[in-house]
Amino acid sequence: MSMPFYVSPEQVMADKAEFARKGIARGKSIVAIEHQDGILLMAENETSLSKVGELYDRIAFAGVGKFSEFDQLRKVGVRFADTKGYAYSREDVRGRGMANAFSQVMGDAFTREIKPLEIEIIVAEVGDDRYDDHKKNTIYTVKYDGFISDHPGFCVIGGNVDDVESVLKNDYQDGMPAGDAAKLARRALNAGSERSSDLEAKSLEVCLLDRNRTGRKFCRLSTDEVQGMLDA
Amino acid sequence: MPLRGDYQGSSFFELLQLEQRHLLPDLSAWGESAASMVPHGTTVLAMRFRDGVLVAGDRLATAGHSVASRDVVKVFATDPHSVMAISGAAGPCIEMARILSVELEHYEKIEGESLELDGKANKLSQMIRANLPAAMQGLAVVPLFAGFDTRRKCGRLWKFDITGGRYEETEFDATGSGGLYARESLKHGWNADLSRDDAVRVAVAALTAAADEDRATGGVDLERGIYPVIKTCTNSGQDDASEEEIAACYRSILEARAAGGNL
Repeated sequence: MSMPFYVSPEQVMADKAEFARKGIARGKSIVAIEHQDGILLMAENETSLSKVGELYDRIAFAGVGKFSEFDQLRKVGVRFADTKGYAYSREDVRGRGMANAFSQVMGDAFTREIKPLEIEIIVAEVGDDRYDDHKKNTIYTVKYDGFISDHPGFCVIGGNVDDVESVLKNDYQDGMPAGDAAKLARRALNAGSERSSDLEAKSLEVCLLDRNRTGRKFCRLSTDEVQGMLDA
Repeated sequence: MPLRGDYQGSSFFELLQLEQRHLLPDLSAWGESAASMVPHGTTVLAMRFRDGVLVAGDRLATAGHSVASRDVVKVFATDPHSVMAISGAAGPCIEMARILSVELEHYEKIEGESLELDGKANKLSQMIRANLPAAMQGLAVVPLFAGFDTRRKCGRLWKFDITGGRYEETEFDATGSGGLYARESLKHGWNADLSRDDAVRVAVAALTAAADEDRATGGVDLERGIYPVIKTCTNSGQDDASEEEIAACYRSILEARAAGGNL
């Protein structure tokens, strides 16, 4: 008669975490960085499958790891945000609430499912100048196990986080112009992939949350617009 | 927020139907008596012009023989390239415009690209069909939908009936209690080559004619400073005619009338 194996809960969690971390580290990095006019999100991405997307009027989403998993999570987030904004008001959909909801879902999947989500996400919200208590931008990251954290200024997820982050730590300044933020973000991504030449505009996916736009603040930049920003 | 909900598609309306039914207006329980009590919107019109399409609506809502509101808005931007105008029971009409605008944005966010203008019109007719039981009791939602087709590079407009029937119009159309009179006026003033300014003038004339003949249509209210909403959609996006411009058009109509014209 064979004995059933006993695996301690600590070991189960550690194995799951290890599995998820490996999956996430294989990918390329995404940077979110605050600037004068809002928040810029830049991903090294040569494919036409987007890693950065719009959740709501002032809120953007970015994911690294397994595409099908974070894209599913993004869609769930859009459904959640649109339903909430329709049932209450558009101003009631906030970044913190979204990040918390994602954290719940990811944490739940981590404990319940055999395979954890191999993803990490950013939820970024640009501030609203109309309201005193909502002027600041916020950037949250949520890890595969639902661990949520708040990052003033900038954050990096996926790939070689330490190298990318060290460039940002050295050179980030509050209230920098959008163009400078774009150049810094690219330099940081360069550092992550140990490249001899700069990443080209066509291999970058860049989205902005621009507080000066009317209506929805999210916009996706074309390759030419990215080039223009990096050349300026 | 479930990771795998029941609904996996890209329509907000279907999402509500499947998972959040309580958020959808359900008027079937109210019965016929409600039809005379709830506010009704009155005259809205849409027309093509040289550079795109124009949609206009008066501001009056009536409940039975009383004024329910003098400054109701019946023309809504549903996205940067399309506009919806409503006549019928104001509550469900306004709700439908809200849902449609969330629907279009929702689709764009989920799919990463926006619907074709045809797709938007089609979606609206499905939403009207879903309102059919209420429509049968007199709480009809009868919209006009118009927009700039960025592929065909032209303005297009559709009218609908309460069963969700969808009919594309090539020139102009007007609905609501004063719609008949507005159409008569448009028939005289409209031509395919109208400039934007002329189209606004023709729209104000049509609404004025409708307000003249139909007691439930508001027209221009100079005393209170309440003006019709007039929106245009062209290749460069959407624009509102200013109150000053509408007032100027209306004054010139009044002058012509005072001078013995038959407008």
